[in-house]
Amino acid sequence: MSRRSIDQILEGKPYKKLLSSEKLQQSEIDLVNTDPKKTQYYGRIVLDNCGRINPEEIEEYIGTGGYQALGMALKEKKPEDIIKIVKDSGLKGRGGAGFPTGLKWSFAAQEKESPKYVICNADEGEPGTFKDRLIMEGDPHKILEGMAICAYAIGANIGYIYIRGEYQLSIQRLEKAIKEAEKLGLLGKNIFDTDFDFEVKIKIGAGSYVCGEETALLNSMEGFRGEPRLKPPFPAKSGFLSKPTNLNNVETLANIPPIILNGAEWFRKFGTEDSPGTKVYSILGHINRPGLIEVPMGITLREIIYDYAGGMSSGEFKMAQIGGTAGGILPIELLDVPLDYLSLQIEGHNLGSGAILIMNETVPVVDFLECCMKFFVHESCGRCSICRIGTKQMYESFKYLREKEANYDELKKIEELAEALKLVAFCPLGQSVASPVLSALKYFRAELSKEIDSNEDYETITREMSDIVFDYS
Amino acid sequence: MTIKEIVDKYGSKRENLLQILHGIQNQNPRNYINKESISALSKEMNIPVSQIKGTASFYSMFSFIPRGKYVIRVCESPPCHLLGAESIFKAIEYKLGIMIGETTKDGLFTLEGTSCLGICGVAPAMMINEDVHGNLNEEKIFQILDQIQEQEKERIQLCREEALTRF
Amino acid sequence: MINITMNNMKIESEEGTTILDAAKKARIKIPTLCYLKNVQEPGSCRMCVVEIEGVRTLQPSCITHVSEGMKIYTNTKEVRDARKIILELLLSDHPWECNTCDRNQDCELQKLAEEYGIKEVRFKSINEELPLDESTPGIVRDPSKCILCRRCVTVCQEIQEVGTLSPRARGFDTIIAPGQADLLSEAVCVQCGQCAAVCPVGAIIEKDDIDKVWEAIDNPDKFVIVQTAPAIRAALGECFDLEPGTLVKGRMTTALRMLGFDGVFDTNFAADLTILEEGTELLTRLKKAIVDEDKSVALPMFTSCSPGWINYMEHFYPELIPNVSTCKSPQQMFGAVAKTYFAEKVGKKKEDIVVVSIMPCTAKKFECNREEMTDSGVKDVDYVLTTRELGKFIKQAGIDFVNIPDEEMDAPLGISTGAADIFANTGGVMEAALRTAYEIVTGRELPFDKLHVVPIQGLDGVKEASLKIEGTKEEWEFLEGVTVNVAVAHGLGNAKKIIEEIKFGKKHYHFIEIMTCPGGCIGGGGQPRMTTDEIRKARIQAIYKEDEGREYRKSHDNPALKVLYEEFLGKPLGERSHHLLHTKYFNKKDENV
Repeated sequence: MSRRSIDQILEGKPYKKLLSSEKLQQSEIDLVNTDPKKTQYYGRIVLDNCGRINPEEIEEYIGTGGYQALGMALKEKKPEDIIKIVKDSGLKGRGGAGFPTGLKWSFAAQEKESPKYVICNADEGEPGTFKDRLIMEGDPHKILEGMAICAYAIGANIGYIYIRGEYQLSIQRLEKAIKEAEKLGLLGKNIFDTDFDFEVKIKIGAGSYVCGEETALLNSMEGFRGEPRLKPPFPAKSGFLSKPTNLNNVETLANIPPIILNGAEWFRKFGTEDSPGTKVYSILGHINRPGLIEVPMGITLREIIYDYAGGMSSGEFKMAQIGGTAGGILPIELLDVPLDYLSLQIEGHNLGSGAILIMNETVPVVDFLECCMKFFVHESCGRCSICRIGTKQMYESFKYLREKEANYDELKKIEELAEALKLVAFCPLGQSVASPVLSALKYFRAELSKEIDSNEDYETITREMSDIVFDYS
Repeated sequence: MTIKEIVDKYGSKRENLLQILHGIQNQNPRNYINKESISALSKEMNIPVSQIKGTASFYSMFSFIPRGKYVIRVCESPPCHLLGAESIFKAIEYKLGIMIGETTKDGLFTLEGTSCLGICGVAPAMMINEDVHGNLNEEKIFQILDQIQEQEKERIQLCREEALTRF
Repeated sequence: MINITMNNMKIESEEGTTILDAAKKARIKIPTLCYLKNVQEPGSCRMCVVEIEGVRTLQPSCITHVSEGMKIYTNTKEVRDARKIILELLLSDHPWECNTCDRNQDCELQKLAEEYGIKEVRFKSINEELPLDESTPGIVRDPSKCILCRRCVTVCQEIQEVGTLSPRARGFDTIIAPGQADLLSEAVCVQCGQCAAVCPVGAIIEKDDIDKVWEAIDNPDKFVIVQTAPAIRAALGECFDLEPGTLVKGRMTTALRMLGFDGVFDTNFAADLTILEEGTELLTRLKKAIVDEDKSVALPMFTSCSPGWINYMEHFYPELIPNVSTCKSPQQMFGAVAKTYFAEKVGKKKEDIVVVSIMPCTAKKFECNREEMTDSGVKDVDYVLTTRELGKFIKQAGIDFVNIPDEEMDAPLGISTGAADIFANTGGVMEAALRTAYEIVTGRELPFDKLHVVPIQGLDGVKEASLKIEGTKEEWEFLEGVTVNVAVAHGLGNAKKIIEEIKFGKKHYHFIEIMTCPGGCIGGGGQPRMTTDEIRKARIQAIYKEDEGREYRKSHDNPALKVLYEEFLGKPLGERSHHLLHTKYFNKKDENV
């Protein structure tokens, strides 16, 4: 890497100040909401460059201060300083579980064994979620920079990005980004003239939702069936190829360069005390402006729908599913609950991946849940018995309900099954099946009961008779 | 490329298995992984065939039966479902005369249902091979399919003309 | 030692034990389905979940380790409800054919359903009827009954390392399937039957040949004789709830006679015969190699009595064909002798003699159907029943097995030595061979305590021993001072290890014993379920006891064999032996698809 470019990046002197959003390939699926009034609210951290720079030109990323954080980290900070900054920032994993990122890094940093690996989890499969894709397509270098900083902090020299096979454009852009970064010496040997080496490789998935679970992802990366592993050992101790491994979601890693550059204090100015920073939501459903927004943690569902999404596109608000198909269903009563990790936890929900699906009164709860269950049947890995058969029976139950052929005790059965799934399923997939079901039973029980009442045979079905099949032929 | 060349390209270690399987499937004109490739791969990588098939069949992008030149994958997940994925299926079924999992007689199209494609902002959505199509409705689907069919007709015509010149 | 509380009882437990083991010690039973000690602990059936204070979800006890101060509850409402729901779910995906199932009253799922008081299954049946796979001679698969515990996959992939069975597809569509095909016959399967031995339900069983044997016995024109493998006598009792390791040779003989067999004989007779042939073959090879310096002689020599190993070798290491002893297995030697020498003796046509084998093994069903196993002119062995099938057979005939008296086997094919007994367990064939070969060469008894070669005993996967030969007889002088290196492996995974080491020149042996199943035949795929390491040890102990109580303990001392050679065979490796008792192998690598 040339002296000139090192100095330029470190001193914040860009190659060329160029904001060529006109050069950005505006495919119809690039849906970053560009309404400045709303999306620039407090400024954006993660999506800052998306739609503003040409993601295929590394100079443009550098022009906005890119790789400055990496240079600063390598030149001025020790690995433990980096971990401390990330810890202090209060950043929590944006993949769904919300585990403190700094703490996670410290686990991997403690391990003595080598090599260590940094893995970027880009297997975004949660229905309704497309934030990671947009980040990868719109600002691939930010992820690479985040990964490099992470690698420096935990003592790794190899990084992998595991991308789902459907994200062809992301794959192409990241491949290009890696090549360009290598060309400038921002990846590879002796980065910024230090003795830090770091290379990044891409692994492509092949269509499996459960591979977003970190241990399933590791199995998939190693060329096995993407079934979750037993924990412990945790990946920080024994991950990819049984070596210490740190896995972070795309959005989490994209938060890293700004945090290192601006400090933990700066980051804490956004969001709430418990959940600092911003969150990228993908909002969709019956709203006027579906797309991505980046807003501070803690804003309410009402604000999202009526301020950012331009209100309902048709009908009245009925319910919203937060966090993708594995998330809970919120009724109108919860429109004003702040969306952050803690507040939602209190209500028994989870922020999950940040997908917010808004539904109007035309959507029958039973129909929606049947579709959710169909998804889980399709995506359950089949390893543990309760998830393998439980999801299928759950799907069948909702089908009976929708077809008005349900038994009088169908809801009780569903509830018991959901509780059991939550308590005993092997991995988060099985456990999260309960979220939409139990929340729907909590808030929409009356509507679901009606499905049973409308079973025409209901009057004649008694407990004793329900199992007998009459053959009139 | 032969199986050996594909394996050499990605490396014969187990962790490259998915990439190799992608490579094998992508170069097959019928978009699938056949029995012979699995046997050859097993010998090349020293992994039992049962494990290769067991691993590959875990992932929904791999197929073991011949598919069409164009694989249409329509999203079935809740966001697309809400916005009318059902009618998308119906439109394609009507237009091409195939149901989910089937391939048209001319070997051009295969229709598949899939989980979320991550393009929910433009739901309902589908992928045809690697191309993404969003904000679908009946009319748009007919248009897309017509275009491909037209393209294929032209290609066949060109082939014929070229063949004629060689006589 | 650490302190934990289980169901409010204070107990002490060793660090590093699982909750399941700690509970067992405290006399609390936690149900399991997928768990199988020393085989797999995947924690995936979720039957063994327990509540731990302070933990949000229920934890599988088979893989969760105890820690200081841990408070565990094994029977709370949550735990009971969860187990019931799991059982209901499993039953909703299981055909309700219990009465006609091979595993009726011997099924782990059925038993748990009873124990947990499942009176109704509230879920509708979603069981899909999948075709029955009867494509191979030894094993029958019924995928509809499979509960996907994956024990079979673990034994096939990780213990035997044959790699036939693997989970395929995912989620509710997951099945356990062979190779990349739907039928076992289209995949490489060595028929060892370890999968059938660990299956908790009726999804993998041996092919039932009891009716064919009934038919033969019922036919007055047929002279039906039976041979019993050495491993049966130490395990059959378990079919009748006797303690593992109970020797039932006498009762077994009585029962077989009561069943109507016209002659009750012993595979042990043929095991002694094998030793004479194989021992001579080894010495001949050594002679050729050392005296004649013949480079074409293949050493080390491998044993050939385990048909699963033969299948494995033909498919995966056909380059070893010259190294494997040409001796047929004792079962097939018995069949060939019975339909020639014995037929002549009793004045029967070979076509009218039916040879039934009782074997601890499913691969023997395959072996007796091999085309080349017809050297008598007809099929040498007609039917093979596993130990489990014999148990059922005896029950069908209404014989009170536990309380019948002991009887002796018939002469001459029922006469054998202790060396034949130990064919049943790992290390046994080697020890038997050494007892004879050493004495042939030196004229003296093997210089070991009670004749046992201690280094090759026990359950280590690969064992080795060296034996220095001194004071040879004149004709064997070339072996004076030679150290013979031998090795023993059981379980095909261990066989693979040893072969790879030889291939890479890391180890040099003269003679290697391979047994397909862990523990040897006493742990065979046709033995009573479940075979744990404790049970293996008990059966082995019983076998050694049987050996030590014998009048003759070396194969060459078998008086009936001496007569056989005098009257019929001539000498070991002689022309008639060669024709009847030896075989050849085939390269089947091309069939691996």
